[in-house]
Amino acid sequence: MAIKDLTRDLTKRIASSHIKWSLIIFFVILLFNFIFTPNFFHIEIKNGRFYGSIIDVFNRAAPVMLAAIGMTLVIATGGIDISVGSVMAISGSIAAVLIAKMDVPFWMVLCLPLVFSALLGAWNGLLVSYIGIQPIIATLILLVAGRGIAQLVTDGQIIVFEHPPFEFIAGGSLFGLHFPIIISFGVFLIILFLFKFTALGLFVESVGGNSEASKYCGINAGRIKLVVYIVSALCAGIAGLIAASNIKAADPNTSGDGLELNAILAVVIGGTSLNGGKYFLVGSVIGALIMQSLTTTILTMGVPVQVTLVVNAIVVLVVCLIQSKNFRDILAGIFKLDFRGLLRRMPLKGGNK
Amino acid sequence: MKTKKLLVLCLILIVAFSVSIFSKPLKIGFSQIGAESAWRTAETESMKATAEELGVDLKFSDAQGKQENQIKAIRSFIAQKVDGIILAPVVETGWEPVLREAKRAKIPVVLVDRGIKVSDPSLYVTLIASDFVFEGEEAGKWLVKKMNKKGNIVELQGTPGAAPAIDRKKGFASIIKKYPNMKIIKSQTGNFNRADGKQVMEAFLKAEGKKINAVYAHNDDMALGAIQAIEEAGMKPGKDIIVVSIDGVKGAFEAMVDGKLNCTVECNPLLGPLAFQAIKDALAGKKLKKWIKQNDEVFPMEVAEDVMPSRKY
Repeated sequence: MAIKDLTRDLTKRIASSHIKWSLIIFFVILLFNFIFTPNFFHIEIKNGRFYGSIIDVFNRAAPVMLAAIGMTLVIATGGIDISVGSVMAISGSIAAVLIAKMDVPFWMVLCLPLVFSALLGAWNGLLVSYIGIQPIIATLILLVAGRGIAQLVTDGQIIVFEHPPFEFIAGGSLFGLHFPIIISFGVFLIILFLFKFTALGLFVESVGGNSEASKYCGINAGRIKLVVYIVSALCAGIAGLIAASNIKAADPNTSGDGLELNAILAVVIGGTSLNGGKYFLVGSVIGALIMQSLTTTILTMGVPVQVTLVVNAIVVLVVCLIQSKNFRDILAGIFKLDFRGLLRRMPLKGGNK
Repeated sequence: MKTKKLLVLCLILIVAFSVSIFSKPLKIGFSQIGAESAWRTAETESMKATAEELGVDLKFSDAQGKQENQIKAIRSFIAQKVDGIILAPVVETGWEPVLREAKRAKIPVVLVDRGIKVSDPSLYVTLIASDFVFEGEEAGKWLVKKMNKKGNIVELQGTPGAAPAIDRKKGFASIIKKYPNMKIIKSQTGNFNRADGKQVMEAFLKAEGKKINAVYAHNDDMALGAIQAIEEAGMKPGKDIIVVSIDGVKGAFEAMVDGKLNCTVECNPLLGPLAFQAIKDALAGKKLKKWIKQNDEVFPMEVAEDVMPSRKY
């Protein structure tokens, strides 16, 4: 009885929430694969862990998911962080150089890149909140300069390394799941707790809704912004460690290339408005999953290279259209469809039969 | 006033005279794109080493991936009155004005490793570069022999639109299509980098599984990524799935020694000797072919261990 109530409560909450549409789209993509891509849901155990396309989706989505989680908070404060790709490249490069060129203990290989990422985030935050530079410009500086820093760290070369403990980050597994999945969901849960179950989340929403007003309420808007930029850079830094560990090398030229756009897209698909204010962390995670499932689908199905980007664009366009209430209303107007009525009537019909 | 002017003129004449008598060594400018890969660093090293060997005074300029820096470098070479210019162009277009300046100064320009688009082909003496179609064909021929004319191949393409990607695909396909039992069952882009090569191979393995007999990658980096994906799928790269790629960088040779990569077709960056020879020939008034093709070799894994110590990149 209690479980039934709980599921009904959950369905009700999802049906009325903002993430409803992104969830529907995710399931439509999965359904498409269920029908058209053989073996997509086939899961077997290899080397003591799960192995299959659907696992790949979650595993490969980790970097974008992490960046999108950080990006959601930044966007919630009315800002944007386009430097995440460069931060990712820097973090991976530092880790690789520490392993390959310097003899340092393992904890430093993990900590130094993240500390440096946090510093870069603090730099972004300072420019935005205390100096008052527009977020897109402030982070653009690091987008351009950051890749230069990464190339400087590695001397412009791809640094290859062998280091089993570090390789565990992307190559290892826990409870049969790839470790990046564990990391990304771990980070997600921590952020979810910090920003949904403490006052911090309210502060972020308030700063994004109206920075001036929240200042008069006694919220230190500048410090809140500083925090979200640091969180965003930290997430990107973790993504950089995963990427470097994944290929056992740091590639300062291509690692994280275009990550900022994918992360922003994931956030938007997840239902968060670029205007700031209300934000949906769960939505952003689903947004990242939608994009990765799309990529995996395209690769598995063998769509010709020349049309891959077009397919991607069309799906994203459809997703954005469905998310738009205006568009749904127009559509409903054209087809004289009463969506709400339809939904209300459906369970009744089933009951009669 | 007049005497002063005369004195300066005399001085210039004397300097010019002495320069023409005493500085016999050639002065050659080399405008390089940058140092973004091991391949390109090897090319730069080759130029410097050859210059030292021949006693050429080499003016080297690193453009850090920007065309405007290359144009600036060429202008400064012209101002320094070099005897010849070697250019590794970062992009195909936009070279006409600066090359016309070089032509007016009667300085021969030799292009290395990439071509350019100009309406007047006399703006450069020759292009010294690998033939990407030939490399694709060589990879195809080797694979045909190795696989006994039958089997399923997956292809990891380079960045869409890049000349090496287009030509390596074309050359490979032209060989494979002659054998009806050999099929390219999947072909996707891995953008010439490891991470994408690995991700694409992962998807291929899930879609086709044991049907895949061989991987053809347009460069070594993607092949190295694919090798990791094959290992993670519980198979043995080099045995269960044959891997062949192009470029011949150090990492590829290491993988061949480990028995994980079967073959790489070299795309030789050691263009120094050919480039300096071309400039000397041009200065001597010889007529050169518009495209001097670099001889690229095939290196199967059996020879990797012997060749490895002598590899320069």
